[in-house]
Amino acid sequence: MSSTARSGLFVLACVAVAAAVFAGARAVGNDYVFFAGYTVLQFVVLATAWNILGGYTGYVNFGSAAFFALGAYSTVFLHKAYPLPIPLLIVVSAAVSGLIGLGMGYLTLRLRGAFFSIATLALAVVLQTLVVNWNYVGGARGAYVIRPAEIPELSLPYIQYLFAIMLGLSVIAVATARIVERSKLGYGFATIRDDELAAEASGVPTLKLKLIATTLSGALMGMAGAPFPYFIGYLQPSSAFALEYAVNSIAMPMIGGTTSWIGPLLGALLLGTLQQVTTVTISSAVNLLIVGVLLVGFVIVAPNGLIGLWQRVFSKR
Amino acid sequence: MAQLLEVTGLGKRFGGFVALDSIDLAVAAGERVGLIGPNGSGKSTLVNCLCGTLVNEAGTVRFEGRDLAGQSAHQRTRLGMARSFQLPRPFASMTVGDNLKVPLLYTVNTRSKPALTEAEIGTRCEELLTLVGLADRSRQFPRDLTQVDMRKLELARAMAAEPKLLIADEAMAGLSNSEVNDIVALLIMLNERGVTVILIEHIMRAVMNFSHRLVVLVSGKKIADGRPDAVIRDAEVERAYLGQ
Repeated sequence: MSSTARSGLFVLACVAVAAAVFAGARAVGNDYVFFAGYTVLQFVVLATAWNILGGYTGYVNFGSAAFFALGAYSTVFLHKAYPLPIPLLIVVSAAVSGLIGLGMGYLTLRLRGAFFSIATLALAVVLQTLVVNWNYVGGARGAYVIRPAEIPELSLPYIQYLFAIMLGLSVIAVATARIVERSKLGYGFATIRDDELAAEASGVPTLKLKLIATTLSGALMGMAGAPFPYFIGYLQPSSAFALEYAVNSIAMPMIGGTTSWIGPLLGALLLGTLQQVTTVTISSAVNLLIVGVLLVGFVIVAPNGLIGLWQRVFSKR
Repeated sequence: MAQLLEVTGLGKRFGGFVALDSIDLAVAAGERVGLIGPNGSGKSTLVNCLCGTLVNEAGTVRFEGRDLAGQSAHQRTRLGMARSFQLPRPFASMTVGDNLKVPLLYTVNTRSKPALTEAEIGTRCEELLTLVGLADRSRQFPRDLTQVDMRKLELARAMAAEPKLLIADEAMAGLSNSEVNDIVALLIMLNERGVTVILIEHIMRAVMNFSHRLVVLVSGKKIADGRPDAVIRDAEVERAYLGQ
């Protein structure tokens, strides 16, 4: 079977799984499932997006929250200026975040290792300062985005609608990651991670590929942020630029394994669900503590994440 | 013979240190050139300037008559100039076979129309691996290779880009006699297929067996350029290597 046919089949499988998840969530019939599920899926998108740059090319981005917030604030801006349906908002957010990703890449990709990471962190701080001082989108006060109770055309409760959208975005993100990984682009990304000098010597246009990675990664993160104001209802800079987005989108791929699309997916599902469970059972403040402890544990026990652990166990036999 | 590579007045400095001082060098298509010089004489810097890894401050590099100024390393590879690295730099997360796929995808496929199909790329990889004697290692990872196999992989990856000019930077350091013979034979065979080769090497036996012409660098200056047997008898070369 050709790789195009396999990719097509994979997308179909993803859509089928997503449909099953949606049907399952409706069968449970509790709104909380949709709230919690939305958050977990949002991390699936963020972790997968982070991994396209951080896992495939090895450039660790600490500014995930900035791209997420860009998506969210694009929505807030348009909600006031020219209200659009959410799918269109997602397209706009993807464009805005992708462009900023391209710009950030152009300015910072000559830096390597920790220097690149620090530059991305700086970008997040700069953007947050900008938003805090921009009155039109609410500034430091924050902005209210009142969502309707339901989508009348589909007679669907609004939270279910948001959940379905995030499911769709997860399918888009995971499918994109897998297609990239198995393509010529994926080979190019891996050579950048392994050895940039040798990559150039083999004819790989490293700067161009890194720009593609930052753009793609930024755009997907922006997409994850676009429906967020409707989900949360009241958006303030400190919640859009929250530390947990930056930390989780690094930790989840690390725990799952960064070399394959399945790593961030597993990591986000596991860690995201665990966080939702502890939020309800223990306290919401324990979230990041869990992430920290797990991350330390994985660095010691399975530095290549769950995928690495799996490969180690099965190659031993 | 037409000149494939023409270097004129090439200069490179690192701060106050002059690494290359106005180097002139011409290599004809089909030639086998040996480049020798003591450690720190600027051989690798010259390679890096030729291949675009470093930017030279002075002079020009012409390849097939075309000025390479401003061309990045990957563009030069695509024009037909490939190199192997002094210390092998394999793509560690890829199998040996996939390592060779990279230049095929990113260099050969940007030149050849129509592009190679997946199956053709696979066959090419196998052919190359058989050629260098790594056929049974295709699915292994570079970390499992021995030093000599690693160097063969490094050469095979450079060859995969189908270069007109191959620059082998100390491809044989640390190898045994018979292994050196293997690699020299491989390079000669490549040359007979029409690839121009510049060999940078310390092992004199290999250089002498291989080269049509020998170029000597000392402290960033070219001090000799000519027939190998004449060059090694040159008084200045002797002084540089053996002292007075």
